[in-house]
Amino acid sequence: MGYTLNFAAVWRNFDDLLWGLGLSLLLAAVAIGLGCVLGLVLAFGRVSRSRLLSGLAGLYVTVFRNLPLLVLVLFSFFALPQMGLRLSKQSSFVLALALYSAAYLAEVFRGGLLGVPQGLREAGLAIGLTQTQIRRSIVLPIMLRSVLPGLGSTFIGLFKDTSLAAAIAVPELTFEARKINVETFRVIETWIVASGLYVVTCSILAALLRQVEAKLAISR
Amino acid sequence: MHGNLLEIHGLHKRYGSVEVLKGVDCNVAHGEVISIIGSSGSGKTTMLRCVNMLEEFEGGTIRIDGEEIGYATAGGERRRKPEKEIARQRALTGMAFQQFNLFPHMTALQNVTLGLRLVKKMSREESQALGETWLDRVGLLSRKDHYPSGLSGGQQQRVAIARAIAMSPRLMLFDEVTSALDPELVAEVLQVVRSLADDGMTMLLVTHEMRFAYEVSSRVIFMNQGRIGEEGNPKMMFASPKTERLAEFLKSSRFD
Amino acid sequence: MNPPATFSELVWLARWPLLYGLGTTVAISLLAIIGGTVLGTLLGLVLTYGSRASRFGARLYTDFVRGTPVLVLVLASFYILGVAGLDLSAFQAGVLALTVFCSSHVGEVTRGALQSIHKGQGEAAKAIGLTFSQSFRHVLGPQALRLALPALINTAVEMVKASTLLSVIGVAELLLRTQEVISRTFQSLEFYLLAGFLYFAVNYAIERLGRYVERRTSLA
Repeated sequence: MGYTLNFAAVWRNFDDLLWGLGLSLLLAAVAIGLGCVLGLVLAFGRVSRSRLLSGLAGLYVTVFRNLPLLVLVLFSFFALPQMGLRLSKQSSFVLALALYSAAYLAEVFRGGLLGVPQGLREAGLAIGLTQTQIRRSIVLPIMLRSVLPGLGSTFIGLFKDTSLAAAIAVPELTFEARKINVETFRVIETWIVASGLYVVTCSILAALLRQVEAKLAISR
Repeated sequence: MHGNLLEIHGLHKRYGSVEVLKGVDCNVAHGEVISIIGSSGSGKTTMLRCVNMLEEFEGGTIRIDGEEIGYATAGGERRRKPEKEIARQRALTGMAFQQFNLFPHMTALQNVTLGLRLVKKMSREESQALGETWLDRVGLLSRKDHYPSGLSGGQQQRVAIARAIAMSPRLMLFDEVTSALDPELVAEVLQVVRSLADDGMTMLLVTHEMRFAYEVSSRVIFMNQGRIGEEGNPKMMFASPKTERLAEFLKSSRFD
Repeated sequence: MNPPATFSELVWLARWPLLYGLGTTVAISLLAIIGGTVLGTLLGLVLTYGSRASRFGARLYTDFVRGTPVLVLVLASFYILGVAGLDLSAFQAGVLALTVFCSSHVGEVTRGALQSIHKGQGEAAKAIGLTFSQSFRHVLGPQALRLALPALINTAVEMVKASTLLSVIGVAELLLRTQEVISRTFQSLEFYLLAGFLYFAVNYAIERLGRYVERRTSLA
């Protein structure tokens, strides 16, 4: 076949790809921040003694884990205005991603909560701490260390999921790649570089995560 | 001070359909050291946990210096006290657990100072000074910056005792504090408990260490099937048990 | 002008495109799951038992695919195969991308399951004189399958969700059909909810079926 690789056109537009990558990371970061707040609430709901609370939280998790993210993204951008909630492309995407990630994060946090031994709560009670104090100074810190790997892989997953923002023309990495593809016709080169950027970023994130884990591990 | 420090009256507790405490009455005077013995399932640990409201109970009252613990009865209706109030009452007693339950994400010193800062509202400096005093007292000042995972079982239990005692409770509860320890680590923990007893600390200890119970206690309570089977001076009780049950129990227990 | 139609009338009018879309979604998912499972199982075998070189190759493939967003795989497959002279339809290119995506997941799952089977099992099989293929068929395989089942079910759900991405390259699956219906009726809220419900129903059914099989085959 008569195709010779020529990356020049891609390098000329490399800045756009990098800006796109930055936006992808930013979207993922904001989404996981919001998702963590909601996910924590859901996790405490799931382990709570109230059947209503744990049922509602369980329902949320089941529903959002079984919905395609793209449906949520389109819903949030196209359908919410019909309900009177008009958000920018970026905000509506972050909202969809945060709601989606909360379902996964809730499971991560729930595992962490269940992993905190009951005896530690009792030890807290025994020195006169209130439930709130126990949650804040004992359960949360222990849980956060144990959920770190889960949080990290969720973040890497969300980073990849930001590619769906291209569907509503948010100029993140995939959108920029597609633009370069269409404008320059350097098809193979564009996608090699774009997926290369994703792969490299994912491995850097994974490596960083291992470092943080090692630092935060309960020292011995 | 006058009267009893702890008064337990008609204590009933059930788990589902199983009645674990079938009416326990027990008074503890200031400065008494009481060992609670009995086979597993006799209700001894449950009784201890009720005193610290780690277990709810359905009937009876527990009073510390006359103050009713956990529940209030008004107009014939028995209500659980608000969580804040119960937390305050729990701080009247200190508890050491079989499994130590040290907070794994905190150093030895942080374990001891947590309650001082959050419950006693001490300043950082004040709580650290007091925490160090107590760690010194259990012989672990040099280990104050170690995390629990870097301490032996015996050391962890000593920190746990320091954590409880630093809150200056009126009553210390020890729940089988040596049962999870390797045999060679038991002595160092018992040494700490003994020194607290010598200081005049009022304490209730659930224990399997018969010799220790014999040596330290001013009184021994033998629990049997959710009731107090027999109680009295350890020397008398161990030498001539009045009930068949206690005689059997003593025969089956290691007395070394 | 006609009186505005109710939502149920609109759904009735759009029933064929929507059902056709749902059928396409199921077809895409099934093809990708079947292809991905076959390929992924082979990949898992290579990752576990392969020679150094073949393990390295399989690892490279798996890590690269898993580090790339599915949408990028879909777009790359769609655009690159065209340039490469392979005359594939969008449907075929999309199914190929999802198959590749699925295979990397199944590969990891298979490797994890095989490696977590106790070493003694393989040795015991050897000791009674089984060949490798016999011991795989009768001893290791069944155990691995049982261990991998929850993750495989999860992968199947992910594939149904990922099938929505083919709407971006113009495959008329459920989501694209929904968007077309919305462009005629302007009822984005209702129709996105309907689509969401249909996806949820399919995935929930997969999840239930998976739990059922898990219970039936569990050893405990």
